[in-house]
Amino acid sequence: MAVKKLGSQTVKFQNPPSIRSTYTIVGPKEGEGPLKQYFDLILEEDKWGQESYEKSEAKIQEEAIKGAISNGKLTNKDIDYILSGDLLNQIISSTYTARQFSIPYYGLYGACSTMTESLSLGAMLIDGGFAEHIVCATSSHFSSAERQFRFPLEYGSQRNFAAQWTVTGAGATILSSQGSGPYITYATTGKIVDMGIKDPSNMGGAMAPAAVDTLLTHFKDTGYSPSDYDYIFSGDLGKVGKAIVIDLMLNEGYDLSNKYTDCGVEIFDNDNQDTHAGGSGCGCAAAVFNGYIYKEIKKGNFGRILLMATGALHSTIINQQGESIPGIAHAVTIDLNKG
Amino acid sequence: MENMNKKDYQKYAEKNVPKPTYMKNIVLAFLVGGAICVVGQIINNWMSNSGFSEKAVSSGTSIILVFIGALLTGLGIYDKIGKIGGAGAAIPITGFSNAMVSPAMEFKTEGFIFGVASKMFIIAGPVLVYGVGSSIVVGILHLLLTKGR
Repeated sequence: MAVKKLGSQTVKFQNPPSIRSTYTIVGPKEGEGPLKQYFDLILEEDKWGQESYEKSEAKIQEEAIKGAISNGKLTNKDIDYILSGDLLNQIISSTYTARQFSIPYYGLYGACSTMTESLSLGAMLIDGGFAEHIVCATSSHFSSAERQFRFPLEYGSQRNFAAQWTVTGAGATILSSQGSGPYITYATTGKIVDMGIKDPSNMGGAMAPAAVDTLLTHFKDTGYSPSDYDYIFSGDLGKVGKAIVIDLMLNEGYDLSNKYTDCGVEIFDNDNQDTHAGGSGCGCAAAVFNGYIYKEIKKGNFGRILLMATGALHSTIINQQGESIPGIAHAVTIDLNKG
Repeated sequence: MENMNKKDYQKYAEKNVPKPTYMKNIVLAFLVGGAICVVGQIINNWMSNSGFSEKAVSSGTSIILVFIGALLTGLGIYDKIGKIGGAGAAIPITGFSNAMVSPAMEFKTEGFIFGVASKMFIIAGPVLVYGVGSSIVVGILHLLLTKGR
């Protein structure tokens, strides 16, 4: 009997895990953006003394995890699991980070939805009584993502207006079975939604239907409506995807216009930082959640929020074979109180 | 979501994508591409006036432009020219040079064989294959139509 299951895709935690601490590291460009005051560490140089961007990304994730553990006044021995993922092939940033810790590790791939994928699974492990403290982490790096998915950095190309800018950064969250909150009270696991978008420069358009599907399911399963939330954040739909979500949700009878935004829209000043439709990448939702959102909840400025990271689960190979881009969105309710 | 069919959604999503600024792009491509060609012409005139043969002038001009394209790529300038000029920066031979040098620089971290040498062609490769390929087809057609005369 799945006693904690609610409706078709949601779980309600009986002992909601507490978010004990977080840590964020971002690159120089993100550090010039509107949320700069919320990040724990802003790099002056995005290679951070490493030989390659891949090694730099792994170091960023490693230091973010160390920072979160130390902010939570814990040691590595206290952590039961690391749940982490990133965008690179074989999730190397996470694996090579986990190599540095002697902690049991589950590698996750949810593309840019990984932050809420790891928070959902981490919360389930804790509520299930399988762990005391868990690290949930993700990272992305503009330069390692560009070379895997697009063009060399020095190649003179023009970017599409719907294109987004991969965030260089990482965020780590410590979930604990005991603590004073904020708490993760619900998790709605997304299903793959693919409306046939094939253009990899329009990720927002490809992922937006998955976001709408998860939002509708979440409201139906929990009985919550947008008015129960102080704010709703999607992960990295950017300007294009955000507009589609607002529009489609309105068609379904939900007006989100004054309490919904997208982490990708918030992390950069798109007009002055030339980031076109906004930020993207696992690091986008990770940095905005563990930096801005978490700190604002702690200050009491948000009482209950919905965080819904969104992922485009394609690869360049399958895309070149003519396949469309499957989208996914996982949502977690984060509440100052136990609900 | 269930009541929207895929075709309708694709059309709808397409409408939400901001349109490229065609006129601005065309003008900038003309100016940047034109400026590169003017530089080429200056080199060409200078070599002609310096007494080089016609053949040496045409290959010399290309070699110097390729060098300039490679140098500006290495200095981190050509990608900015490409961003402004679009096709105006990509079509001239300096753009070809940029397409070869930028992956060579980028993939140096994977070594000189599997990185630099093999990845050097990831952008320029198709241009080489179909450029050389189509010249062979045109050559054969020419041969057949003119019967070798």
